[in-house]
Formats: sequence, structure tokens, C-alpha cells
Amino acid sequence: MGALADRIIPPDSQTPGGRDAGCVVFIDRQLAGPYGSREGLYVSGPFHPGSKQQGPQSPQTPSELYRTALAALERYCRGENVQGSLGKGFAELTAEHQDAVLSGLESSKVQLEGVDGKAFFEQLLKDVQQGFFADPIYGGNRDMCAWKMIGFPGARYDYTDWVGRHNQPYPYPPVSIAGRSDWNPT
Amino acid sequence: MPRRLPSKDVAIVGLGWTGSILANELTEEGLDVVAIERGPWRDTATDYAPNYVQDELRYRIRHELFLRPGQTTFTFRNKMSDNALPIRTWGAFMPPNGVGGGGVHWNGETWRFLPSDFVARTHLTQRYGASFLPADMTIQDWGVTYADLEPHYDRFEYLCGTSGTAGNLQGKIQPGGNPFEGPRSRPYPNPAQRQPFSHALFAKAAQDLGYKPFPQPSGNMSRAYRNPLGVRLGPCTYCGFCEWFGCANYSKASPQTTILPVLVRKANFQARDNCEVTRINLDSSGKRATGVTFVDTSGEEWEQPADLVILCAYTIFNVQLLLLSGIGTPYDPAANHGVIGRNFTHQTISDVTSFFDRSKFVFNPFIASGAIGMCIDEFNGDNFDHGPHGFVGGGYMGQVQTNGRPIETTPVPPGTPRWGAKWKQAVRESYQSALKPGTGVHGSMYSYRDVYLDLDPTYKDRFGRSLVRITMDFHDNELKQNRFLTDKFADIFRAMGAGQVVKEYRQAPYDITKYQTTHLCGGAVMGTDPGTSALNRYLQSWDVPNLFVMGASAFPQNAGYNPTGTLAALAYWSAQAIRARYLKSPGPLQHV
Repeated sequence: MGALADRIIPPDSQTPGGRDAGCVVFIDRQLAGPYGSREGLYVSGPFHPGSKQQGPQSPQTPSELYRTALAALERYCRGENVQGSLGKGFAELTAEHQDAVLSGLESSKVQLEGVDGKAFFEQLLKDVQQGFFADPIYGGNRDMCAWKMIGFPGARYDYTDWVGRHNQPYPYPPVSIAGRSDWNPT
Repeated sequence: MPRRLPSKDVAIVGLGWTGSILANELTEEGLDVVAIERGPWRDTATDYAPNYVQDELRYRIRHELFLRPGQTTFTFRNKMSDNALPIRTWGAFMPPNGVGGGGVHWNGETWRFLPSDFVARTHLTQRYGASFLPADMTIQDWGVTYADLEPHYDRFEYLCGTSGTAGNLQGKIQPGGNPFEGPRSRPYPNPAQRQPFSHALFAKAAQDLGYKPFPQPSGNMSRAYRNPLGVRLGPCTYCGFCEWFGCANYSKASPQTTILPVLVRKANFQARDNCEVTRINLDSSGKRATGVTFVDTSGEEWEQPADLVILCAYTIFNVQLLLLSGIGTPYDPAANHGVIGRNFTHQTISDVTSFFDRSKFVFNPFIASGAIGMCIDEFNGDNFDHGPHGFVGGGYMGQVQTNGRPIETTPVPPGTPRWGAKWKQAVRESYQSALKPGTGVHGSMYSYRDVYLDLDPTYKDRFGRSLVRITMDFHDNELKQNRFLTDKFADIFRAMGAGQVVKEYRQAPYDITKYQTTHLCGGAVMGTDPGTSALNRYLQSWDVPNLFVMGASAFPQNAGYNPTGTLAALAYWSAQAIRARYLKSPGPLQHV
């Protein structure tokens, strides 16, 4: 998961990658809670695939999808479907090969055994990016790194003094629902 | 057998905007009123306080304030020949839940419909001829006029403290307002909100192109306000967490910030939250409601007898209760007969995303309110000659961007990969210099013979009741309208100086996963002919005269505006008829 998150959000000079930004922690926590089990959603059958515009109809929960897809992805990589990858899991591939696998999932060129690889890719992409941008209280966006990258001030909740200041960069650093690390005594 | 409660004068189903309005009006008459609400009690200090409400994941992405589909949902299909499937997680619209209803999570856009909207079929037929309308379009006149509703629009705006600039005061066009609006009897109670950079830039470009931009009428306060009931609201802080969120500043008009503080203190008012009404009970004649049955959180059934029953639930749930209770003739599209479920509509929304030179433009998109924005109304309703264009209807358009919350609002130019280093770079470079209004083109959706609601034959809710089945697709008229409006809208962003303008037309088929608005309308429409309407012009059931049905379910078709102003005005209009006439002589208020 860490390797996957690092290819979706690679580290650079401005932010850590998805792994160190906490996206995997975010996903772990989300999958362990109501989101992972689809609590509150409509889960009665019968289940039919339907059209795209009828929305997701899978009987599988997100946590089940992750479990089966991650195992299938690992089998796919170790089975030498990627050049020179025999015996290597996804995390051991080169960045280029990792990207090729991800692109293959995205375009449905890579087919996983017993699981919809494209559906997994879409789920993974959404969850990693949500973890990156959600409030740090959920485990991702560590130290508000994603918000600092784009200039989003977070949970400040009052721009009364700034609404009339047109075309001027907002100068103050972001604040999380949990505050800011420099508010704490060192 | 349900346990029977002592009888009430009035049972209200749903405690959102219309339920709160009706409860307050009828308790003023001294009536004993109970409001039964499916969702929880919600209040500002306890349910959306400023130390945690600004949480995009919790409220926007995970839908904290909304109905859970597991509680109940709908099934959906595009065509009558398709197999409908359940909506397992919300997409195209977001059914509200709990006290305050949609009035908690809305943006606060407080529009009036155009005078011609209320007489749509008569007006369009007179101007363009009957053959100009598509054969399967079932639009009709409302049975009320703008003049009927004006005092009630006014009342709602003063209740809410709506911030805006009048465009038409008693027939005189006012500078800076919407010159196309119907005449209003007095100005808005509060001046318009201040506009952030991009919204002001849009207005300037629109003006340069010859349009007449005006501030969107806003239920977010431009200053502190005390409404006629004595309830106080605070000034909006442009926090950028409005739609999908409750307002922690008491700055957004909602039942909680305008009516409930007065209503809950009345001895003749009672609210039952977390209680779901499962049917309306009728006597043996089938022409008189005897009350409602509801289920509490422990699963126990109760009967609440009442002399007067008022449905104030969300559009589709009003229709579902009518269908499940056997009130009115269910609509049959094949025979083109019946009324319950007929003339169901949504909206035709599209957007334009534009990218500006980041060395010259810094928009701070996170500085915004829910109903912020500068709009033009040149292409709404019948404000322009449709003759050369071959469609009817229209919408307002504007830079109405409400937020820069980064899960939702991190636009990147077309061609950017969806992940990886290039995606990350594009997000970083575009965030401060891209604009994404969200619902920039707010188009009407007119009604059609094959767009309707009925009961699903397969899927059930947790009580075993049939879900409502939605059959809906876009028709050519709306798609043409949308192309025309979206092109005009994009021209304004080009005039603002955008380097790249990306048009996102609304396309068929109608997609239940893509959010448009929560403005579902129709299904139990008002009118003057019981053959084509479920309700008379006072929102009274033709079939069961001691039943009234509030809300946008009464709209015969949807106009190019947000519906709250109109459905609230209709609620006051109906309440006035109940107070002045029905209570003195209970029975049909209109005869055919």
C-alpha cells in the first residue's frame, strides 16, 4: 500500500509521498470503520451489474475489495507479468514498472485474477487522494503538507477581513481541526 | 397493532423548511400541532460547532448530514424498458435528513421564479405556438401566479434575512439588481454580500459584454439581522464550508436560525424526531385522512390521529407516502393517465472550468459563502427569444463558486494524468488560478410523459415498503438548452482573461452518480385540473381535502432557479388559505 500511495502521490521537494503523508494510515482507518463495511449504504439484493449511470452495484465492501485486489495484484506481479519481475512483489518493482502496472489497471490492460482491477484502481486513487487532502485528524495530510502545497488555509472559518482584498495571496498558514503543531509547547 | 396516541389538530410529516413554516403558522391559530421527523434533532451548538464543522471528508464526502441510503433509497433507470436498480450511495442529489431538513445543508440561494414560469404552458404557447413545444412535453400552468405569491416570497425573505440587491421595485427597474425579476413590494431585508475576486471579475466581464450582472440573492447574512419573529442571525464569515455543512456562525438562514427557537417554546407544538411516518391513514370512505402511522427508533409502531395532515417531506418521500397510502391515482405513462408520480423533474446543470495565468491571478477560492456570486439572467426562462434556437427553458448563470475545499476543488487542465508527479504539479499550479463555479449554469428541466415516479416492483426499504422507482432521462430540449447556455457562459470566462476554458456540457443519458443539485421537483403537482394535478392551487389534495402536500413535489416543472424561495412562498400561501378559509369551513378550497 505504501508503494502504491507513493506512485499516486510521489515525494518531491514540496511534500512527502503518499506513504509518508499518511495516506496508508488514512485508508487503514477508513477501511476499519463504517466506510470499509459500507455501513449506512443500501446493501440489499438482488445485485445486478446495471449501466454505468445506475452507479456502483457491487455486493463487495471496500475492505473486501482491498483484500482481494491487493492479493491479486501481488500474484500478478510475482508471476512475471512485468518484465523481469518473477518473484518480485509490487513494492520491489522499479518506479517505472510500478507506474506501468498502475496505468495498466487504470486502462484495464492489466487484468487481475478474480477481481475487477479497474474498479480497484478507481477506489485506490480516490482514497489516496482523499487521504492526502482531508484534515490531518484522519491520519493523512501529515502536518498539513497537502494544504501547504496548494495554499489552502484549512479550518480557519473566518475570512471577513479578506473577502474584499482582491488578487492578493492569503498570507497565513493552514490550521487543522486539531490546531497546528507550532501551537504546542516544545 | 400500533399503539394509538391522543389526537392532534394537525400532524406534520417532516420538520424542514415547509414543516417549520406550517407548524409556526398553525400554532398561531391556537391549534395543537405535532411534527414527526424521520431524522435526528439538530442544532447549531451541538451538531455543527465551529471547532469541528469545517471537515470536508466527514460532511461533503461521507454525507454526514444526509439520509443514509440504508434507511431508505430509490431505484433508478433511464428508460421505461430498463431494469431499475437501487441507488446504493448518493450521487445526483442528496436527500436531507433530520430537523431543519435541506435548510441545514443548503447554500442559501434564495431566488424567486419568473412571473412567466407560473404560466409556462400558456405563455410559451401564446408566444411561439403550441407546435413549438415537443409533443411529449407535459409542462403546465401552476394555478397560482407570481402576483399571488409575491407577498409570500417577501415574507420568506424577511424571515431569512436574505442579502441581495432588488432589480424591480414595484415595477421600477433598479440599478445593480436583476432587471428580469418580477416586481417586488420592497427591497431585500439586507444588502448583498461582498464579492470575492473571481466573482467580481465575472461581473465586470459580463457587464463589458452587455449583460446586467447582479449579486445572487443569498441566505448568508451580509450583516447581523433580527427577523420578524425576533430570532437573530450573525454576519457570514465567508468560511467556504457552506453547502453540505451546517453553519456554526448562525449566518445561514435555516429553520434552526429563523423559526425553531420560537416554535419550540410554544406549548401547543410538539416535535417527535427519529420517528418515521410509514403511511397516511384514511377512513373507510378513502376521502378523509384520520392521521398517520409512524415507527420509532425501537421499531415500535404508533398511530397519531389528526384532523389535518400536512406532508412536508422531501419531494420523492411525499410522493412515496401518497403512493403507499393509496391517495390519488398513480400515474400510468403508457395510458397517460393518473397524477401521483407525474411530471417529475430535476435540473439541467453544467459548468465551465477555466485556467488563468498564475503569475497574474490569485483567486483564494476558499474565501466564499454558499450563495456568493454574481449572476446574469439574460438566458433564463423566457427572458430571450427562443424562436431561432428551437428549445424552451433556460437558467441563470454565474460565477457562484462556493469553496476551495481541496478534495473536491482541485481542478487540473485537460490532458493532465489523474495521478503521479504531473498530476501533483498541475494541482499545485492550478489551485489559486483556476475557477470552477460548480453549478455555473443552472438550467431548467421541463416535464415529460416518460419521466416519472412509481413504486419499484423488487426493492424494499428496511420496513419492507416498496422503494420509489425513478425513471428519468434528459430530452433533446434540455440538451439543446444546455449547449446554448454553456457556450454563452464560457464566453464570459474568456472575457475575464482565462487562458483555457473547458466546457462541461450536461450530456445524456441522465447519470445518477453525477451530482447536479438536490432540486428534485414534481410527482404530486399543483394545478387547476384534477386530471393532471394531485393538488389544487392551495396545495390541498383533490382526493383527500384534509391533506395538504408542501414542497417542490408540487412544481409542475422545474424552472432555472433554486427552488427553496418558491417552495417556501407556496408554504406561506397554503398556510394563509388554511388559516383564513379552511379552518373556518374544512373541506375543498377549490371546486372544479
